[in-house]
Amino acid sequence: MSGQNQNALLDATGVAKSFGAVRALTDASLHVAPGEVVALMGANGAGKSTFVKIITGALRPDAGKVLIRGNPAQVGSPAQARRSGLVPVYQEPSLIPDLDVADNLRLGDTPVEPFRHWVNELGIEGLRLNHMIADLPLATLRILDLARAISAEPDVLMLDEMTAALPTDLVERVLKTVRGQADEGRGVIYISHRFTEIQELCDSATVLRDGRTVGDLKIETGAEERVVELMLGAKIDLGKAAARARHENTGQPRLSARGLAVAPKVTDVSFDLYPGEVLGVVALEGQGQDEVFEVLSGFRKATGGTLEVDGEPASFAHPSQAIAKGLTFVPGDRAEALMRERSVRENIALPFSASLRNWGPLKGKHERARVGHAIEKLQIDTRAQGEVQRLSGGNQQKVTIGRWLAHGVETLLLFDPTRGIDVRTKRQIYPLVRELAEQGAAVLFYTSELEEVPLACDRAVVIFNGRVVDVIDAAEADEQTLMRAAYGLTEAKVAS
Amino acid sequence: MSDMRIHAEAEQERGLVRFGRFLRDNPVIPLIFFLILLVISHFYIVMPLRTGRTGALSAFWVNNLIKFAIPLAMLAACQVLTMLTAGIDLSAGIVATIAAFVCATLAPLIGVPGAVAIAIGCGVVVGLVNGFGVGVVRVHPLIMTLGTGLIATGCLQVYQRFVISTGTLVPEFLVWLGTGRTIGLPNGLFLFLPFALFILWLMRFTGFGRLLFALGSNEHAAKLSGVKSWQVFLALYALSGVIAALAGLLYLGMIRTPSLQLANPLLLPSVAAAVIGGTSIFGGRGSFAGAIVGALILRVIDTMLTLLQMPEGARIALFGLIILLVTALYVRITGSR
Repeated sequence: MSGQNQNALLDATGVAKSFGAVRALTDASLHVAPGEVVALMGANGAGKSTFVKIITGALRPDAGKVLIRGNPAQVGSPAQARRSGLVPVYQEPSLIPDLDVADNLRLGDTPVEPFRHWVNELGIEGLRLNHMIADLPLATLRILDLARAISAEPDVLMLDEMTAALPTDLVERVLKTVRGQADEGRGVIYISHRFTEIQELCDSATVLRDGRTVGDLKIETGAEERVVELMLGAKIDLGKAAARARHENTGQPRLSARGLAVAPKVTDVSFDLYPGEVLGVVALEGQGQDEVFEVLSGFRKATGGTLEVDGEPASFAHPSQAIAKGLTFVPGDRAEALMRERSVRENIALPFSASLRNWGPLKGKHERARVGHAIEKLQIDTRAQGEVQRLSGGNQQKVTIGRWLAHGVETLLLFDPTRGIDVRTKRQIYPLVRELAEQGAAVLFYTSELEEVPLACDRAVVIFNGRVVDVIDAAEADEQTLMRAAYGLTEAKVAS
Repeated sequence: MSDMRIHAEAEQERGLVRFGRFLRDNPVIPLIFFLILLVISHFYIVMPLRTGRTGALSAFWVNNLIKFAIPLAMLAACQVLTMLTAGIDLSAGIVATIAAFVCATLAPLIGVPGAVAIAIGCGVVVGLVNGFGVGVVRVHPLIMTLGTGLIATGCLQVYQRFVISTGTLVPEFLVWLGTGRTIGLPNGLFLFLPFALFILWLMRFTGFGRLLFALGSNEHAAKLSGVKSWQVFLALYALSGVIAALAGLLYLGMIRTPSLQLANPLLLPSVAAAVIGGTSIFGGRGSFAGAIVGALILRVIDTMLTLLQMPEGARIALFGLIILLVTALYVRITGSR
């Protein structure tokens, strides 16, 4: 064992974990020395959240070991991890909403005086211990979580997207406090998408890709380039972008958003979507893209900004109104869109019966023709007759798209349509999306896989921290550029 | 050798799974078998036990069985339709009672057509309130229909105070429908057959039927497809109220004496008939044909227990036990809830 490892507060080596046939982690490691702040980084699906769960004891690894202060940590449960000296602060507040602050402290055996001290230190004033958690704003809850964690005087503090919901003044306080903790000799694992914060706070970064640790590096100037490179690595070839005539956007946009805001996450999203265009949306997880799609599809009201469809102001109180304007939505989670125990045909034909005047007898012939066309077009494998839940993930996703194909597509809102489906189906979806656009549809295409952007899109808007920070032409949209933009790096350059 | 055997077992396993699937898609088939089995054991086991000789399947017996199963099956329709959306209608029993009572007490005052119209109107009103609560205010159907059921019970008692002196009249055609026979079969079928065909058609071949399955299967998906669920719930519970009122009127014709409790004891059996018939209380799956067979099964069991002259308490307990057993068996076979 090397000297560094013996001194390490946290030493995780060779951690592997599989879920059934899926290998989430193959060889992940992470070392945290006293006084060190380590950034844990990785693109979507790199295995970051699985690794975090193993370190904090929520999951048991298949192989590898996790040592805390050199002792093989009995990481059986989060409570044991806490006792052995590792305290995590998660993205979702972990306080119980129906209890007051004091009761929550009692539950976690948190000493009250240090907690008060840290709450003040972190810039929350006027907090009383009899405040109900449910009445407090999200930002305050995150600070309380952090204060509670620090009061436990842990050896290692793990912060997951700690600053995501915080206003800038609180972010400053948090970074200062966390740095202070490290200077007292504690170790900190810092998970964040924000390079500026990582530059300011962290000493080193550990990068995960495809379930393994691919690099440990010091944070210094220019380190972010290297981190982006490491995160990307070599990817599975998804096929070549079909050579195509550059699409020229002329005339009136189909969909036009100006300064769209959804409190608290989305602050300023503007874009134009033209007929015949596939507009990509690129964003890291939780940058506000979910909310934008919810507004466009009628599931949620915007709190600010305007939306125009074909030049007319639009605002939707229910998805039926969005559909009436031609905006049809394919959500990222197939479970949200499908009636699992109903047939393919019924799933595809669902929108036909939606409005009151179609409650009467089904139009069998019309329905069979439209549904049959969609099934043929998408090559949905219907050998498994009957229930949709008997289809493969890829075929299920095709059903959710086929629904709007049968209904008629004007503006298609695709939210990560290729998440978790096989490469073959992916390769069928890109040309289909292109074909729809060529036939005059406008497509908004959010994807969590950057290499899809040049394959499917004409342009891409990049959303970071609730704002559109960049618009990139597909011709220049290599992964490097997109990844840098998605991490808000282009913006940082402009600012400095 | 062993390899072949494993292979054969796998094949068999697959066959079993396929059989289970077939039964799940066609829950009526095993139910009909079960019904036949019950009828046979009624005549060859229960009857000899009580009377010392095997019974014979008589037209009279069949007539009685069907006659009393009809109002139960109609109330079960209320449960099947609401359960499709993961709901339930616990006010159906009292709505049937109210319809019967109102009809019988108003008929001498304002004539039969008016009384029948008002009786059905009561069902619509309770149903609309249920639909509003479930669809718009989003109260859980169990609580909502329980609440309206209790309110309706109270209203009925108040109403009874006012009309106590007027006397009652059971409309002639309801008596004909409830007790008469045509070629050995109960006249109730004249109402029930078109009704059952209508419900089966509604569930399978209309947009409204599709939406019932959709809301129970995945309400989010329905919303995504542009379905306004409150409209569906409002129409559904109003329909359920009308069906319950119709069942009450028919039951009035059968019993011929209106009371404040008339159809209330049918409520829980109607839920049982729906569940035995393969309708999932979690929504998205159900069959009215199954519920009809379920109602017949419950009637046969009831007849058997009566014949065995069990004390009332033991009869009710055994009734509950059998419902649980049948449901458990059903879940075992089909692998569904």
